[in-house]
Amino acid sequence: MAHTYTPGLKVSQKELITKKRILPLKGDVTVKVGDKLSPDTVVARTHLPGPVETMNVANILGVPPEDISQCMLKKVGDPIKAGELIGLNKSFFGLFKSEAKAKIEGTIETISHVTGQVLLRGHPIPVEVKAYIEGEVVEVFPKEGVAVRCWGSFIQGIFGIGGETHGELKMVVSKPETKLTDDLINESCKDKIIVGGSIVTAEAVKKAIKVGARGIVAGGFSDRDLRDFLGYDIGVAITGSEDLGVTLVVTEGFGEIQMANRTFDLLKSLEGKRACINGATQIRAGVIRPEVIIPIVDDIKTGIAVEGFQGKGLEIGSPIRVIRSPYFGKLGKVTALPSPLQKLESESMARVLEVEFDTDGKHAVIPRANVEMIED
Amino acid sequence: MNNQKPEDIEIILATDCGSTTTKAILIEKTDGQYRLMVRGEAPTTVEAPFEDVTMGVLNAVQEVEELSGRKLLDDKGNIMRPRTKGGAKVGTDIYISTSSAGGGLQMMVAGVVRSMTAESAERAALGAGAIVMDVIASNDKRQPYQQIERIRHLRPDMILLSGGIDGGTTTHVVEIAELIGAADPRPRLGSSYQLPVIYAGNKDAAAAVNETLGKKVDLKIVDNLRPVLERENLLPAREAIHDLFLEHVMAQAPGYKKLMDMTDAPIMPTPGAVGLIIKTISEIENIEVVGVDIGGATTDVFSVFQGVFNRTVSANLGMSYSVSNVFAEAGLENVMRWVPFHMDERDLRNRVKNKMIRPTTIPQSIEELVFEQAIAKEALRLAFIQHKNFATVLKGVQQQRTIADAFEQKGSGQTLVNMMTLNMLIGSGGVLSHAPRRQQSALMMIDAFLPEGITRLSVDSIFMMPQLGVLSTVHPQAATEVFNKDCLIHLGSCIAPSGESKEGKEMMKYSFTFPDGRKEEGKLMFGEMKAFPLGFDARTNLPLKAKAVLEPDGKLDLGDGPGKKVEKEVSGGVVGIILDGRGRPFVVPTDDATRVRKLREWMAVLDIYPKEALQRN
Repeated sequence: MAHTYTPGLKVSQKELITKKRILPLKGDVTVKVGDKLSPDTVVARTHLPGPVETMNVANILGVPPEDISQCMLKKVGDPIKAGELIGLNKSFFGLFKSEAKAKIEGTIETISHVTGQVLLRGHPIPVEVKAYIEGEVVEVFPKEGVAVRCWGSFIQGIFGIGGETHGELKMVVSKPETKLTDDLINESCKDKIIVGGSIVTAEAVKKAIKVGARGIVAGGFSDRDLRDFLGYDIGVAITGSEDLGVTLVVTEGFGEIQMANRTFDLLKSLEGKRACINGATQIRAGVIRPEVIIPIVDDIKTGIAVEGFQGKGLEIGSPIRVIRSPYFGKLGKVTALPSPLQKLESESMARVLEVEFDTDGKHAVIPRANVEMIED
Repeated sequence: MNNQKPEDIEIILATDCGSTTTKAILIEKTDGQYRLMVRGEAPTTVEAPFEDVTMGVLNAVQEVEELSGRKLLDDKGNIMRPRTKGGAKVGTDIYISTSSAGGGLQMMVAGVVRSMTAESAERAALGAGAIVMDVIASNDKRQPYQQIERIRHLRPDMILLSGGIDGGTTTHVVEIAELIGAADPRPRLGSSYQLPVIYAGNKDAAAAVNETLGKKVDLKIVDNLRPVLERENLLPAREAIHDLFLEHVMAQAPGYKKLMDMTDAPIMPTPGAVGLIIKTISEIENIEVVGVDIGGATTDVFSVFQGVFNRTVSANLGMSYSVSNVFAEAGLENVMRWVPFHMDERDLRNRVKNKMIRPTTIPQSIEELVFEQAIAKEALRLAFIQHKNFATVLKGVQQQRTIADAFEQKGSGQTLVNMMTLNMLIGSGGVLSHAPRRQQSALMMIDAFLPEGITRLSVDSIFMMPQLGVLSTVHPQAATEVFNKDCLIHLGSCIAPSGESKEGKEMMKYSFTFPDGRKEEGKLMFGEMKAFPLGFDARTNLPLKAKAVLEPDGKLDLGDGPGKKVEKEVSGGVVGIILDGRGRPFVVPTDDATRVRKLREWMAVLDIYPKEALQRN
């Protein structure tokens, strides 16, 4: 039989992870090959010219453009502060005064005697790229950025929102089936990446933002809450640039669904370690999944990878999880794999399997397309 | 390329790589005729950990092997060609494929002024069925580096660059081109092709834009979409988006190059292949046709009216990857109006998103099936609206716009689509071809397309029109024979008087004389549906025909004018004759109790779902 499977998400205990860190515009790379980096280390930097603000000082002061030099209190290249007086015109023996005040902080770029226009240039805007993960520089792309490599545990989520962040891993539930509710979050979660079980509630996300948690990793999230948070419905799932104040990585799906034991146990074993997470997701061919990386301090040249879970074909006894209604989220073991197509309640003909559920020992027949294999 | 003579080809293996499922069919010549032998399918493998479309192909072929008993793959997983002559069931003579595995179209548009050229560009992209991920404009208040970062992050499939009226300033538009150049955007599906960028701005800047971007991207220059401030000319840009999507994005997928090496003929984009079939049906039968292929990421609509063929690919309307987008675009209310029982909104939303993130799952319960078919109706309806706007009488006509209506999206030209003159509706795609009951396919098409007058309905039996489309380019005889015998399932005819009436009022009098002499006479009342079985000729296997005399009420029309009697032969099929007295335009009752009662009544008449499924609250 051709095997049926669903797209597997990677959960590996230890593997070599490489991240390219590139500037949006050419600039200076500030690190070199072999440098050890922390997530906040700036690896490349550039400066963009500051914003330009124009002021027609001649008009403001009511003088002809050719006379503007006499009224200017600052000359080209002088630093200025916002609101600072840059031009003054006294008339009628000093009784009437016209003033021109700088709109922004920066420098005087030009003074035109033809138009009376003064160009103010804001401070250069620094643009920096950080390492994101804790690791070692393995390649430098001159003027652009670097490749950073580390050994680490790597967990792929199924959906996420928010961008890159990092923090100490903190388990706020003790079991993968426990809901992550707001009462489990307190001040101790500040700057942490908190890990919950089956679903993170809307209130919990709000509380996490309030106490200053940096990230949340949970089994599920409700789509209704997602819409309420974003203020719009996600049509095509392309995320990562949301600014909610926290990054969310969902590992299993929408609704209440227990985090896979293997994922939960791995995260639990790494509690207290620094985790680097990114919620960016693009669900389409050429998919991008959200990720949780927990760097392991080990020599990148000598470490040994620890194999992740390898999905095999379905067999009798295989542990599975149902990924669609009416048994959505239930765990069990395969008890039979009949070959002929069978008629479902929906009257569709499909290849099925029989399962015994872990929770109540009950049996059910489920289309093979609606289950995914999980680890023991 | 395979150099065999057509007459030597006896075994044909063909696959269609959809965004969600890869379908394989095996055709054999037996007793001098080409017939479909078996069909296999497997999930498309564009996602991690596989990220190679050929794995799904081999899995689907493996299923064909098991079902047919013919060995098609060697020990290394290569498709064995040519077949071994003699008694051994080994190998195939040719292997061909279509692909739409690349999925939907997500693009970025860029223009000089956010509310003018960028706005027009956005309209052109939306009109071509794309999702606009972001609009970059010189005045969008973002720093250039932020814009560049955004382009890199989003990995658009295509960029539409516009800006400036003809003869106007060139500086700003060239600056935006420089920005795109600096972003050095990479297409999401690897480096096998360059990112398509369409330039539809000030014609005087075209040379400079070409100089800036020509070597970095696959640049296509078309007419300015805003040649003067108050005139919009969206069609050239829209058509370019459509063509480039079809040629360069849709068929692409991880492992696409490997697949190209495996096939004996160039891989066709799925809509191209289905379009060929629809066109051929229209030509052979000399009829007006609408065809639809609803997939996981896209829904393709084809039509032939007044001899003019049109094709649209709604790049983000589909039943798996795009299901969440259908839900977002149609709105919960529009989807739920087709469901005759209550479902919890919170739960429904999660179900839709879970289907999106795990696209290969199938409805197990009847409740899930009803909900999935409700979404399908909305996906089809929205795709058809887009098609009607695209299939216009006067192509290239320019739309005059004032500043005031610059923000409204209006189609240009009058649509060619005429539901009254339409002779045949053909459905294909998983949700239509694999519906457990053929009546469900018929009702999905009627509710979504709302045919008027007398319209034949048919469906692709097992979703193989794409493969037959590409086969028609290499072996027309085999394609035609399989199409006629194994592909097209005649469902019957829908008779729907056009016009409005009131509950309890008569829509038309009908009289049918069936081939066996049986007669059915009666009145069709407003808001009523009726069905009469009329099957196939046992000898020829062709649909039987009944003689119909139809007398619509005064204001209502069946094609010959309001109140005019129509005498015609109507075709039967698996479902038979369906009378639709719900009026056109059709409005689902807004009062909830009435809506549920009417839906249940219509579904019961047509035997759409098991009776007990309609009892639940």
